[in-house]
Amino acid sequence: MSAILSIRKLVVNFETPRGLLSAVRDVSLEIEQGSSVGIVGESGSGKTVMSRAAMGLLSGSTVRREGTVMFDDKELTAMRADEVRDQFGTGMAMIFQDPMTALNPVRRIGSQLSEGPRVRLGMDKKAARARSIELLSLVRIPDPEAMLNKFPFQLSGGMRQRVMIAIALACKPKLLFADEPTTALDVTVQAQILQLLSDLRREMNMSMVLVTHDLGVVANHTDFVAVMYAGEIVEQAPTTELFSNMKMPYTEALLKSIPKIDSASGARMAVIEGRLPDPTDRPSGCGFAARCSYVQDKCRTEHPPLVDAGNGHLYRCWYPLGHTIGRK
Amino acid sequence: MAGSGTAHMRNNDEVVLEVRDLVVEFKIGRGLVVNAVSKVSFDVCRGETLAIVGESGCGKTTLGKAVLQLPPPKSGDVVFEGTNLTKLPKEQLRSARTAMQMVFQDPISSLDPRMTVKALVEEPLWIWERGTEEERGAKVRELLNNVGLDPDLVLNRRSYEFSGGQCQRISIARSLALEPRMLICDEPVSALDVSIQAQILNLLQDMKDRYGLTMIFISHDLAVVKAVSNRIMVMYLGKVCEVGSPDAIYSKPAHHYTSALINSVPIPDPTRKRGAVPLQGEPPSPVAPPSGCRFRTRCPAATELCAAEEPQLREVNPGQYVACHHPRT
Repeated sequence: MSAILSIRKLVVNFETPRGLLSAVRDVSLEIEQGSSVGIVGESGSGKTVMSRAAMGLLSGSTVRREGTVMFDDKELTAMRADEVRDQFGTGMAMIFQDPMTALNPVRRIGSQLSEGPRVRLGMDKKAARARSIELLSLVRIPDPEAMLNKFPFQLSGGMRQRVMIAIALACKPKLLFADEPTTALDVTVQAQILQLLSDLRREMNMSMVLVTHDLGVVANHTDFVAVMYAGEIVEQAPTTELFSNMKMPYTEALLKSIPKIDSASGARMAVIEGRLPDPTDRPSGCGFAARCSYVQDKCRTEHPPLVDAGNGHLYRCWYPLGHTIGRK
Repeated sequence: MAGSGTAHMRNNDEVVLEVRDLVVEFKIGRGLVVNAVSKVSFDVCRGETLAIVGESGCGKTTLGKAVLQLPPPKSGDVVFEGTNLTKLPKEQLRSARTAMQMVFQDPISSLDPRMTVKALVEEPLWIWERGTEEERGAKVRELLNNVGLDPDLVLNRRSYEFSGGQCQRISIARSLALEPRMLICDEPVSALDVSIQAQILNLLQDMKDRYGLTMIFISHDLAVVKAVSNRIMVMYLGKVCEVGSPDAIYSKPAHHYTSALINSVPIPDPTRKRGAVPLQGEPPSPVAPPSGCRFRTRCPAATELCAAEEPQLREVNPGQYVACHHPRT
């Protein structure tokens, strides 16, 4: 398998009045053709900035980006803005977190859906309309023709997210970025949307990057997981390997903090005390040291490198976990 | 469910809040009416946490607000500590309501960005003219300490300087300022990260113990309520499906909807593969709810009886009540 997206030594800094804010620090990640990769971390861990930088969506005078991003054997980081834009739709597409604000409120669903096919695929009005109807049935929307004439405010959150997915898939992208696609939705609808994304990915032989803060979501819908903390990848592994042979205390803490339906009622929840370190003043040692329950002196002073544990499993910890958890 | 009925009501001295046959409707023009809450009854005992669970649009938030008469329900009774709130004149209602406070879903938009943290937490005390300025200041510091914030660091800052989790701590401090006896939490953690969720859930438990609170905890996530509740009420489209203890509800859900909700929760373990998606489609419109059982259009066990006749809540196991003609066994 070859990589559809290859991120090498990506660094993203923002210039702020308080100094340089380091959002993404030296991230390297390969996304294999046809695979589904989960990127997991708390708010502020850099997962959204990383995926936007990888898509070439970050611009502006305050952004400092280093490293290379190769997409489909082309170097995105060397392209002009309009050349990057040409990759959108047919090459890569994105589903945003909040379906309420990502759709244009004053345009009908049909017009938002047909824009991609008309501009990118050069379809005429009639063909684009047929394609829109096909797409809405693809995302299991009942009565797709009636849907074309509706406005976003007439739809529920789940329906809007289906429309967002249909728009993203309109030009058959090779790679789909889904940034917290189900965070704004109910659990029942979340289960439907995740299943839909998995099915469509297989049907269309598409690669997918699923950005989420919930390890429960990645467990059943990805092949590979990268855990981000304070702008770095702190652990990455094939999904089954990660859950059966966890190395990084942060990943373990994240897993333990998920409320589980089989936990005892009235039991106290496991928490990760404290917060992420200040991104304008990164600690010299391990970023997680101040919150880690296994912390040693070395963790506070020396920055741990990525260690290869074999089987594609990398982690960034001086004292990795030796035991297996996550299996019941 | 989608049923009515009062079989699950307890008539004992410990009942603090009793809600009977509550109906909330919203007129939306052209003679149409949204049936947000349809004849719902429940009670909460002193020191108990009742969780109200259901999808968006099931009426759980409306129900929580209707308890506080926001807005006043169309019909039904809300009896809090022996006083029927639906019958009270406006001023007496305002005064009675100080004993019941609400924590809202979105911690950032529910705090006024122009007020300092000190003003936000102190405001209820000003309004009710409680204590002297010094006493109020001391009270604010105590509250902030109790919710895990350092008063010296936060008192003069404003809400936009804080993260979602910290804002929710400020909201909780504010809601406790008047020393309420009941706290209604409307999705208090659904806008927060998983790691922060656990902190806030633990904090709510601590506050409940410290202040002897009775709680109503509204959430769409059955996994979240498992840890905090003593009793769970599952709602669907303005009606009650099932009522019972967390252990009963999770180990043997009697209602098909409860079972679907439980099976929708993602399990963080790739070796446990999910079967089919438990629930397809979305709830029908509350403007024209289905006849009989309101869940029948998505229910795997629906029969003609379900369309013809509305199921009433009945006891299937001790302490577990279900409104279903064909409960799971």
